[in-house]
Amino acid sequence: MNLTSDNSITWRYAKQQVFFNIVRLAALLISAALGGLLLFIIASGIQAISWDFITLPPRDSMTKGGIMPAIVGTFYLTLGAIAIALPLGVASAIYLSEYARQGTIVRIIRIGVNCLAGVPSVVFGLFGLGFFVVYLKFGSSILSGALTLGILILPTIIGASEEALKAVPQTFREASLALGVSKWGTILRIVLPNALPGILTGSILGIGRAAGETAPIMFTAAAFFTAKLPESIFDEVMALPYHVYVLATAGTHIEETRSIQYGTVLVLVALVLGIDLIAIAIRSAMRKRKKW
Amino acid sequence: MVTTANNIIFELKQVNFFYGSTQALTDISMDFEKNRVTALIGPSGCGKSTLLRLLNRMNDLIDGTRVEGEILFEGRNIYNADNDPVEIRRRIGMVFQKPNPFPKSIFNNITYGPRLTGTRNRADLELLVEQSLKQAVLWDEVKDILNKSAMTLSGGQQQRLCIARALAMKPDVLLMDEPTSALDPISTAKIEDLIEELKKNYTIIIVTHNMQQAARVSEMTGFFYLGRLIEYALTTDIFTNPQVKQTEDYITGRFG
Ligand SMILES: Nc1ncnc2c1ncn2[C@@H]1O[C@H](COP(=O)(O)OP(=O)(O)OP(=O)(O)O)[C@@H](O)[C@H]1O
Ligand SMILES: [Mg+2]
Repeated sequence: MNLTSDNSITWRYAKQQVFFNIVRLAALLISAALGGLLLFIIASGIQAISWDFITLPPRDSMTKGGIMPAIVGTFYLTLGAIAIALPLGVASAIYLSEYARQGTIVRIIRIGVNCLAGVPSVVFGLFGLGFFVVYLKFGSSILSGALTLGILILPTIIGASEEALKAVPQTFREASLALGVSKWGTILRIVLPNALPGILTGSILGIGRAAGETAPIMFTAAAFFTAKLPESIFDEVMALPYHVYVLATAGTHIEETRSIQYGTVLVLVALVLGIDLIAIAIRSAMRKRKKW
Repeated sequence: MVTTANNIIFELKQVNFFYGSTQALTDISMDFEKNRVTALIGPSGCGKSTLLRLLNRMNDLIDGTRVEGEILFEGRNIYNADNDPVEIRRRIGMVFQKPNPFPKSIFNNITYGPRLTGTRNRADLELLVEQSLKQAVLWDEVKDILNKSAMTLSGGQQQRLCIARALAMKPDVLLMDEPTSALDPISTAKIEDLIEELKKNYTIIIVTHNMQQAARVSEMTGFFYLGRLIEYALTTDIFTNPQVKQTEDYITGRFG
């Protein structure tokens, strides 16, 4: 009797060890893949990086010079996309989780949002071309590109915001409403501030996606080459992901520009990570202030 | 006891209440008197919280609920379409079972409501914080840490803070749903003393599972069972001479 139970404990312990090691291995593999990727990008791109590379426009059919216009373009496009998608996404999430009567219509809206998240990005590009560029006559411009990217990342932001709003304890809402504060006041003063760290997390993912996508801006914003920096939101811009795409597939000097391609990728990754770090810093600062 | 009409602050007439299709309250008619403590007792699920939340329209927040009958507050039916629930909740404060301070400083917890309803002057707010905390017998414990997060207080202190927060709105009525059920005996005693003190100026309606508490703090007691008001009388009568068998069984702990 004693023996069997001892045995079963040993067996359970062994089983547990096996499963622990499996998940540990999975985590390790992912980290290794990510680390390998980063190392590869850094190793391949680092020799292209220089002050001139970051501050000068390309020259000699883009085989020499820098990528300054693409950095600026991607920065504007990403900023524009967030500026459009964040207010709209948060507002939608507030409607869906705080105001709308939970029922069929809300369920349909949610399914719609989720479907939007699964649509291939090139479809957004074509939609942007048809609607913003041609129909609304915004042309190929920062505005069209930012709008297209904004729609692309909207589901991410709505989803994250809804989660963040739901995570705010119901008791906070009740406490505020019971004091005779209106629903809107409660959302503004209690719910949103407490949901903000979560909303920011969602925006981080959105920012990364907006900065890295090629297909949505290909027809709506990105220029093959322009040395001048944009002067208005109706200007075309170069963009990092599109620049890589162009150099790697469409140029006449694909082999000579390898290091520029990797250099551009490295800058893109650094830019996205930089934005992420800023958002993470803001979030953890906020988290420290709010504890419940 | 003489009960004149202007002594009555709440008047319930044949109230039925439904969560969707399930009826939680059936044919409740009862009056609540001004500046008195009324206790609501009864087994779990009998509708005490539901009734309490009817009185400040907190049940409005739940989808699919329905009220029948009349609930008159100072003679006005609070469920009339032209009555703003926000206005009603300002006059009828509520303290919840679990202390629920906001993740803000002690000071900002108290000033949160008043600020949003028009008190902006710093000196006024400071005075209000002091008054409310003194009323809730918390001032001495927190007067030096007003800027610390309310989350760092003990459960009993948090509950008194929630009472202070409700009092800062200068309500006429204080609804308390098992305000001491999450607290230790010392904090409980403090809150009971506080209720004794507050009833001079406020009408208090308190839900409790603690018979001694009901006996100690209240003047009137209502016993509920399965969504009905079984017996409603002076607390001394309910506890010494209950008229209904179910009431007697419940208060003597022979309920089953
Ligand atoms: N949000 C809700 N939706 C549906 N039914 C509910 C809801 N809240 C309460 N009920 C039901 O209404 C009845 C009364 O509940 P209520 O919370 O008022 O009881 P209570 O007397 O306060 O019980 P307790 O002493 O356990 O707090 C119960 O049968 C409960 O299941
Ligand atoms: Mg209850």
